[in-house]
Amino acid sequence: MATTAATVGQVGHAGHVDDRSFLRKYIFSTDHKIIGIQFLIMSLVFLALGGTLAMMMRWQLGFPGQAMPGGTVLPETMAPGGVLLPEFYISLVTMHGTFMVFFAIMPLLVGVFGNFLIPLKIGAPDMAFPRLNMMSFWVAVSSGLIMLAGFWAEGGHAGAGWTAYAPLSEAPEYSGVSLGQQLWCLSLIVLGLSSMLGAVNYITTVINMRAPGMTWFRLPLSIWALFITAILVLLAIPILAGGAIMLLFDQTIGTHFFKPATGGQVLLWQHLFWFFGHPEVYILILPAMGMVSDIIANGSRKPIFGYESMVFAIMGIGFLGWIVWGHHMFQSGMNPTLGQTFMISTLFIAVPSAIKVFNWMGTMWRGSLHFHVPMLHAVAFVAMFVIGGLSGVFMASTPVDIYIHDTYFIVAHIHYVLFGGSLFALFAAITYWYPKMFGRMMNPFWGKVHFWLTFGFYNLTFFPMHQLGLQGHMRRIYDPTEYTFLQPLQPLNQFISIAAFLLFASQALFALNFILSWFTGAKADVNPWRDNALEWSVPSPPPHGNFAVTPTVYRGPYEYSSPETSDDYLPQDKRLPTDRMPASQPAGD
Amino acid sequence: MAHAAVMEPPAAAEPGAGVYNEKLGMWVFLGSEVMFFTALIGSYIILRFGAPGEWARPGVVLNVPVTAFNTFLLICSSVSMVKAYAAVVDGDQQKFKMWLLLTIIAGASFVGVQAYEYTHLVHDGFLPSGIREGSELWEKVEAGTVPAATAGIYGSSFYIMTGFHGFHVTCGVVSMIWVYLKALRGGYSATDYRGVEVIGLYWHFVDLVWIILFTIVYLV
Repeated sequence: MATTAATVGQVGHAGHVDDRSFLRKYIFSTDHKIIGIQFLIMSLVFLALGGTLAMMMRWQLGFPGQAMPGGTVLPETMAPGGVLLPEFYISLVTMHGTFMVFFAIMPLLVGVFGNFLIPLKIGAPDMAFPRLNMMSFWVAVSSGLIMLAGFWAEGGHAGAGWTAYAPLSEAPEYSGVSLGQQLWCLSLIVLGLSSMLGAVNYITTVINMRAPGMTWFRLPLSIWALFITAILVLLAIPILAGGAIMLLFDQTIGTHFFKPATGGQVLLWQHLFWFFGHPEVYILILPAMGMVSDIIANGSRKPIFGYESMVFAIMGIGFLGWIVWGHHMFQSGMNPTLGQTFMISTLFIAVPSAIKVFNWMGTMWRGSLHFHVPMLHAVAFVAMFVIGGLSGVFMASTPVDIYIHDTYFIVAHIHYVLFGGSLFALFAAITYWYPKMFGRMMNPFWGKVHFWLTFGFYNLTFFPMHQLGLQGHMRRIYDPTEYTFLQPLQPLNQFISIAAFLLFASQALFALNFILSWFTGAKADVNPWRDNALEWSVPSPPPHGNFAVTPTVYRGPYEYSSPETSDDYLPQDKRLPTDRMPASQPAGD
Repeated sequence: MAHAAVMEPPAAAEPGAGVYNEKLGMWVFLGSEVMFFTALIGSYIILRFGAPGEWARPGVVLNVPVTAFNTFLLICSSVSMVKAYAAVVDGDQQKFKMWLLLTIIAGASFVGVQAYEYTHLVHDGFLPSGIREGSELWEKVEAGTVPAATAGIYGSSFYIMTGFHGFHVTCGVVSMIWVYLKALRGGYSATDYRGVEVIGLYWHFVDLVWIILFTIVYLV
């Protein structure tokens, strides 16, 4: 059946002459697949940049005060003689966080896979609003350029951390940065516009453009996750935009929102930022969870365990994400009673998260496991997410958090969920859908080498940070050797730095594999992973408009090893003699 | 009401929201807008309740009668928007264009009155950064009728809320002019009036936000 659909697709493709110009086809394209690939390239560039900034930080922490190899290319205002200045170091901290959260992980998950997967997986020809979609990408690029421009700003780039706490971020007297911080605000306001346009598009498309038979409970979990994520983006991003506008006005036209001396409130910024920021945390993990669910079911050749509970867990996490923001603020001077409320609501999040983890294990249990590269990364995601999730329970408990607040324990936690979680899921997803995007396979051997090196060095880098944090090593400090109590930890800091350099170097394998496979990779057939979802019924890459004939869906996407068929998979659009036509199918079609 | 195919959800699909994409997209977008104004209005409420001292009494700094007239104007423009929508659904192109034009004029007048209001407030010394020393209002600060401690935060929150609302009205007026130009070319009919209905939804939203803002910024 898959072959038949592909033949139909190819005939449809050949019959339809694509006469769009190069500019319309690849640059200002309204095709969701091209926009997804554009987002992919943009965010991988920012991912590499964010990684480079982290390497500079690791150099300073491991070898404080020593000239950084190659550091002399940086101007005197950043690193005179190759030695990083404290002001530049704090900009590095800020920009590593900002680029990774807003310009690497978020666009990779939402921009790339939201765009690429939603129409293909629900059986739609494109997004509901293709031109808004194109605008969303180019607005995101502009926002990235504004953020980059800050490095050349007089006074240096923003230096108040990616959370930009007032009053440090609010007046140049405190951080010494004026233009850099303003560009930071402006860039995030512009990025908010891009995200909002994307979210409107995704939500409308999922609600209104599902192919006949694609009922809500036949949607792949990746689409459920992206749909709930889009709702979070839609409702959370305007809060950040509002806050960033107020912060920008405080700096530029002399308003007083976050100036305590004249009636403003510094804590207001933290409330606004985290009211956005906690849903943002789930924006950064839910799509990863959804895609990992698809890949683990595929790699286990078994239906996903507890599909409905997975959907309700996604909804539960999405909802709880709105009522827990105060757990970022236990130490802010907020009312302790309120802190207790936030502690309880935060601990509740462990319930839907645990449901998901047990379901992934239930899916793999007694499955016929195929450890292809995406599966390796997906399983690593589950393992690392468990570590990151459990350290989250530590921090949710107010008494423990008071001790570990603002230490490297937090740094370890965020990297276990954002790198160990989201980024491993992204390596899985990129490798998995690469053949559908580019029509070629990524090299599996180098994929596996990259996986094992990354997995090893990743744990060597981030696991010891728990230890640093428990011994009181503060976040965001320029030179740990200035503190007597941290001096014995310096060998551990050096160990982490060396592991981090090796981790970074291992990513060259992924970059080379990604680029070289584009040109020389083995040609991918229609369905290289023997998957059930609709995107695997059209050619790789799918033609403009995706489906030659609107597909009809008869079942959910996880029918692996079904007794009803001799293959070990059963595509969603394959009609068995027992299948009835969906009620929504128009007569005569 | 007879609907043509374009006014219904895209063909050959699972039942979705039961409305066409543009209308659903506008509702979703308005959800985002609600959150944006929530950020601004919520901050205002927090800042005002946590303010170090009294807030200026209504009508001391702001010109309430002028803005009350402006509020009336905006509510009227919502009515004329409904009339324009009803006319295009009935297929009465003449009345549709007339009511739409009236809505545009009322919306543009609202922005005009707001510009007039801002000019006078700035002239009197009321700025986003507070009250200018030596201005007319500064005398009231010295006389104690306008509390000095909250004057700065009053200006900041007033201008950000009304300013962003004014920006939304301006966007609405520009979009309605675009719809009007399309209407002149016969772009809407009794079977396809998507643009009119969608901009109507936005316009009523902007109107509703203003009623809330007028109440909490000018009257209390």
